[in-house]
Amino acid sequence: MTKLLLTILKISLVVGLAPLASGLIARIKNNLRLRRGQGILQPYRNLWKLCGKEDIIPENSSWIFQITPLIVFATSVTAILFLTDNLLAIIFILALGRFFLALAALDAGSAFGGMGSSREMFISSFVEPAACLVIFALYLTPGSTWSLTHLLAGLSLLIVILAETTRLPIDNQETHLELTMVHEAMLLDYSGRSLALLEFSAQIKQLFWFCLLAGIICPLALLPYGFCLLFIIIVIAFIEVGIAKYRLFKVPDLLVFAVILALLAIVSALLGV
Amino acid sequence: MVLLDPLAFFFWAVILLVSLPALIYSIGYFKNKFTRAKLLTTQLITLAFIASMLFLVIAANAFVFLIVWELMTLFSYLLVLTDSENKAAVNAASIYIVMTHIGTAFLIAAFFLIFKYSGSFDFTAMSAACQTMPPLLRNWLFIFFLIGFGTKAGIVPLHIWLPYAHPQAPSHISALMSGVMIKTALYGLIRFVFLVLGIGSLWWGITVLILAIISCLVGVIYALMEHDLKKLLAYHSVENIGIILLGLGLAMVFTSLNLASLSALAMIAGLYHLINHAAFKGLLFLGAGSVQKGTGTLEIEKLGGLIKKMPWTAAFFLVGAMGISALPPLNGFVSEWLTLQAFFSGAMNVPGLLALGFALGVAALALTSGLAAACFVKAFGITFLALPRSSSAGQAKEAPAAMLSGMFLLAAAVVGLGLLAPIIFNLLAGVAVSICQAQLQTTGLFSLVLQPNGVIAISPLFIAIFLGAGLAAAYLVFYGYKVRLGQTWDCGYYRTDSRNEYTATAFSKKFRISFGFFLFPFRKTEKIKDSFYHVKSFIYRTNTTNIFEKYAYNAVLHLLYRIAEIFKRAQAGSIHLYLSYILATLLLLIILVKIL
Repeated sequence: MTKLLLTILKISLVVGLAPLASGLIARIKNNLRLRRGQGILQPYRNLWKLCGKEDIIPENSSWIFQITPLIVFATSVTAILFLTDNLLAIIFILALGRFFLALAALDAGSAFGGMGSSREMFISSFVEPAACLVIFALYLTPGSTWSLTHLLAGLSLLIVILAETTRLPIDNQETHLELTMVHEAMLLDYSGRSLALLEFSAQIKQLFWFCLLAGIICPLALLPYGFCLLFIIIVIAFIEVGIAKYRLFKVPDLLVFAVILALLAIVSALLGV
Repeated sequence: MVLLDPLAFFFWAVILLVSLPALIYSIGYFKNKFTRAKLLTTQLITLAFIASMLFLVIAANAFVFLIVWELMTLFSYLLVLTDSENKAAVNAASIYIVMTHIGTAFLIAAFFLIFKYSGSFDFTAMSAACQTMPPLLRNWLFIFFLIGFGTKAGIVPLHIWLPYAHPQAPSHISALMSGVMIKTALYGLIRFVFLVLGIGSLWWGITVLILAIISCLVGVIYALMEHDLKKLLAYHSVENIGIILLGLGLAMVFTSLNLASLSALAMIAGLYHLINHAAFKGLLFLGAGSVQKGTGTLEIEKLGGLIKKMPWTAAFFLVGAMGISALPPLNGFVSEWLTLQAFFSGAMNVPGLLALGFALGVAALALTSGLAAACFVKAFGITFLALPRSSSAGQAKEAPAAMLSGMFLLAAAVVGLGLLAPIIFNLLAGVAVSICQAQLQTTGLFSLVLQPNGVIAISPLFIAIFLGAGLAAAYLVFYGYKVRLGQTWDCGYYRTDSRNEYTATAFSKKFRISFGFFLFPFRKTEKIKDSFYHVKSFIYRTNTTNIFEKYAYNAVLHLLYRIAEIFKRAQAGSIHLYLSYILATLLLLIILVKIL
């Protein structure tokens, strides 16, 4: 019974705080650029505003387009549920959401959606090996003591997170330029509540990845969990401000680097360092 | 005479799982297609083909096995030739029969080598003889079996017949060939390498793992480049055979290291993916057949929007696509997860360098799974979603009831094999234990708990329930109010038509460039001008180079032709010359007999 209550608490905390993480990153980025920036609660207001607007469905689209926001939301929430038990299953669960989002992007029949869909699947197919290897490395070093494995795996996971949370240098949340957008291109034909749901899901997924990374670096930094999360948020904001977007064909290089870091983590785990 | 062990029963289940829906489907598929006589012949050959597969897996004698194996090849050859007026079909069938006979030659050689020691073709006698053989010969036998069965299974680089033969056959035959027939080769591999020959050195398993990784990646990369729906599926068969072989190869490695329960786990993973692939690949081929019957084409660049004209076909194809992309809670997810777990659990128990090799296997499987998902986003998205790209796609008709019911059965299997994972796992454990001689505790009814390392559990059923709950919650909170239809955003032009859509070529371009080191893409552009200044139209073609055909097979063929040129001189058409050949042969034989 307590386990059930704890699970419900865990889910509601992550779901409730997800937009706040986005707001914090946006605020820190703006302050770093010497702008005043939006309030950290702005993402909540955006979601609320979108919920008040009507949904416009492209007339060429099918039921795939309408069911996708629901599936993406369901996968993000289910991923949190498995956060501590079964990391490997999460990769597959998140892949389900991505699969439908990529289909929905093609469904509207615009070239933008196709671009986003194709780019997303391209990037994600390189992200998956890195993510699986990070999990492999963690599997080889159970327990949470300081080790080189955790450091290397954490670094690798950080790159994975940049890709999964549509951050620079892989994607850019702040632009709608067709040359660069990936995730935004897929959402282009969504509006109203569907859009709110998709953005909310992306924020939940983002916080989920941050929690995963925090779990790895917690023993490293000797800091409480909450501080680790804050630390990750600040690091991501600094990376985003300090780096330009990569060309799409340079993205695999970065992700292969993540794979190599994860392989090094495995080597260090096997050597017992 | 017959051998009824768990392995044989498992393969019976696989064969029947696809055969029955395929037969139901064929009633609709063949309607108004051929003359009555041709129809009857084709259906009879199909039945004989299924019967030969059923008999193959219970044969207890290598000689009988070989004869049934040949019958199976011949029946499937005839079925590839169903559309015999088509030159492509004849060509495909020839490539198929030549390739499989190269494989069969190795099998015959292996069987006779064992016969020299056993004096009998009976499996038990052969198995006993194999234990007393010199190890070097056992190594050779393993290589022969690997090439012999590998050709039929479509392991890279012996895969080249698959993308020719599968697309040419009628769709339910493709489903049978790809879903079931190539699996009989894996049956052979398990039967003869695991049970008759017995696992030998460690390098056997490692070789299989390396070939499996190569097959996975090559299969899926070629599939991404393919825009003919059935060819695309055929390349995915190469990929999935690779994934199955990852499980079997791991089982071999663990057996050589005396890790029996891990070996059983890897074997279960392999067998699970084997039956899964039969279900979803069968389903996808049947779906492709519906598309072909409804629109008259398999070229996905000419399709689109079929989800509105063929809603049921689209739904079933989507289930198959989700299954093959390993998405939870469907079946592909369970077996790929099991394979990854076998790698993970194995890494704790094998020498360090091998564990690092396992890491590469994990990375390869993850990359394959990502690329396969990309490929099926392309295949489903371009074929079924958005607007039709040609008039034939616009006037598509839904498939008849018989075809839909065939697909429904397989779609139900894809869902069932996923949701009922713990039950299937327990059944497969029985098979795996009989092969690997291991003790394996069976798992609970709702969630799949892996014993070797304790507490790792998964339950597709629970995942499905959670996903459903999340979906329902989101629906209740966010939906249930009016939506408005509007036009797709097209930068304010309001003239979206099918030409604005993304194409399959564009979708796969990133992959074509990224894997350019292997695909060697090339393109041709051509301007058609009606005057010096005005370009009327623009032709753009892009293609990739098939390095296996270009550098390996064509080179061998070239050599064969040149040798044939030399021998041609001896066959000049003069009857006197031929008579002297006969005389010379006779003399030679007499001398030989005298000497011996």
